[in-house]
Amino acid sequence: MSSASGSLPKYVVQRLLLMLPMIWLLTSLVFLMLRVIPGDPISAAVGDKVSEAEKDARRSRAGLDRPLWEQYLDYFADLLRFDLGTTLSDNQSVTSVIVEKGGATLSLAVGAFIIALLIGIPLGLLAGRMRDSAFDVFIRIFGIITYAAPIFWTGLMLIVLVAPTGWPTAGIANDTTLATVPIVTHIIFVDAMLAGDLPAVVDVAIHHALPCFALGLMLSGVFIRLVRVNVLQTLKGDYVEAARARGIKEGRVVRRHAFRNALVPVVTVIGLQAALTLSGAVLTEKTFNWPGLGKELIEYMTRRDYAAVQGIVTFLAVIVVVVSLIVDIINALIDPRVRY
Amino acid sequence: MLRNTSGMAKWLLIIGILITAVFVICAIFAPWLAPTGFDEQSLNGEPIPKNQAPDGTYWFGTNDMFLDVFSHTIWGARTALEVVLLSLAFSLVIGVPLGLVSGYVGRWVDRLLVFLMDAMYAFPSLLLALVFAFLFREKLGGGVLAAALSLTVIYIPQYFRVVRNTTVSAREATYVEAARAIGAKDTTIMGRYLFGNVIQSVPVIGTLNAADAIGTLAGLGFLGYGIQPDEAAEWGFDLSRALDDIGAGAWWQGFYPGVAIVLLIIGLTLIGEGLNETLNPALRKRKTAKVTMPPHTPKEVVHE
Repeated sequence: MSSASGSLPKYVVQRLLLMLPMIWLLTSLVFLMLRVIPGDPISAAVGDKVSEAEKDARRSRAGLDRPLWEQYLDYFADLLRFDLGTTLSDNQSVTSVIVEKGGATLSLAVGAFIIALLIGIPLGLLAGRMRDSAFDVFIRIFGIITYAAPIFWTGLMLIVLVAPTGWPTAGIANDTTLATVPIVTHIIFVDAMLAGDLPAVVDVAIHHALPCFALGLMLSGVFIRLVRVNVLQTLKGDYVEAARARGIKEGRVVRRHAFRNALVPVVTVIGLQAALTLSGAVLTEKTFNWPGLGKELIEYMTRRDYAAVQGIVTFLAVIVVVVSLIVDIINALIDPRVRY
Repeated sequence: MLRNTSGMAKWLLIIGILITAVFVICAIFAPWLAPTGFDEQSLNGEPIPKNQAPDGTYWFGTNDMFLDVFSHTIWGARTALEVVLLSLAFSLVIGVPLGLVSGYVGRWVDRLLVFLMDAMYAFPSLLLALVFAFLFREKLGGGVLAAALSLTVIYIPQYFRVVRNTTVSAREATYVEAARAIGAKDTTIMGRYLFGNVIQSVPVIGTLNAADAIGTLAGLGFLGYGIQPDEAAEWGFDLSRALDDIGAGAWWQGFYPGVAIVLLIIGLTLIGEGLNETLNPALRKRKTAKVTMPPHTPKEVVHE
């Protein structure tokens, strides 16, 4: 075992080098996908409201009158400067759209993940511990149903159940909060805390509850399954047997030896879940009228704004790759076996 | 096949087949089972009321487009199965040959294809389908074909990967070597010998992908990029309409199409996992015949 092949910095560098071609390929795919379509993006975005001369001017401003390879090089040059282009329909920089709307998507995803782990890990551990009992069967069925149920259906039914109680079922905060909390980070929960505005913090938290729960419930199904199977495996492990042989009490064996090791793969799966979470977030945002990036993307699609769609999709693709890289590195920190 | 499975796995497989069969029957016999056509706004000559709660006439209620939710849910099964079968066929026709060639030829072709497919696989699947649906909208409209093609894009990498990996391990097998030794052409080896071997892994991912495709199709429909209401009945679209009236408490508009989605996904998932446990020797728990020993009856005791 040479220490060099397993060193963390080397692993990180290797993974980074693998990530760059992936990002290049994904972004190229996005660029090409949105250019193979027939028709003219400017006309599609603004319709007949603008004169032909004005359209020409806009086309040259957007660089659409130049050869494809020039546009491609420009796209990458801009990308390296974190410039994702300008929207056609309302002339905004895509980067500023992402900064403004991304915060809501981020807090939704983080909240959903916390709920998914809070539901998934304990249920998975218990189901694995009580294998083949009625409880185990019940939890497995629960896991299958939450995973099979589309997030927008779960959301819809939650709205039906919760709406009569007066609990908020749409939006990220009420109007007062939106008007009074000063924007600093664009993550309104953090902004409300920075402002020290307790009623606003509570209001934002209340608005987060339902969407995060709906998305978290869907994600929890994966964790239930994973943790359950891992508990079954670790309980068969030699070290668990050894711990039992040393006369350690069963409860302690299960908690200290089996459960802890069963949780290691959860970290890996969090990385794999990033893509699923993002897909789920787009649907959740529409269900709960959440002012995030997914809802914004759909709105730009409806306006047939190719430049905005290209910018936002490029950003999302990069985010997924970067998140899985970060999770891989965390995983390598926790579990040295991964580095080989 | 069922005989080889035991206990829970067998029951789950049977339940899965039963659930899926109900939907297949709904899909095939929709014109006879559904009281109204998928976009028909009258029943027995009477105009259908808007947003009416379920009762004796309209079992699942009516929606805001003056349609009978029960009929619409049944017609939805037809649309869902059409789209899924079509996209399954497309992804097999594209994914399997690509996987075979990539795994058999190897070298730069393999590297390039694996790299490309991995990139597509890394993309959030709904987002990928959404972008393609957005592009196809212009050319193909909002019908079954456009939806099926958008889904195909997601599943090609999965068939590619499985077929490629099986091909790589089968390439060096003795029977392929023997075929090469008797002078078979590469195309013959791929088409005759490898194909038959590699295709066996398809039923499992096929059913699991079909389950996933049902959810993705509904997701596209919910976002407004699936099948348009004038083309066919689609559950996801129904749910997006239901969202507008949910404040008024009209739960039935979304509830029933949603239950249909959940049940069909569960049915297909159970079949996929049941098949996996039956076909995959590593997971299979075979029923072992009880060994009965003849009773121990010493005939005579030998004394020294």
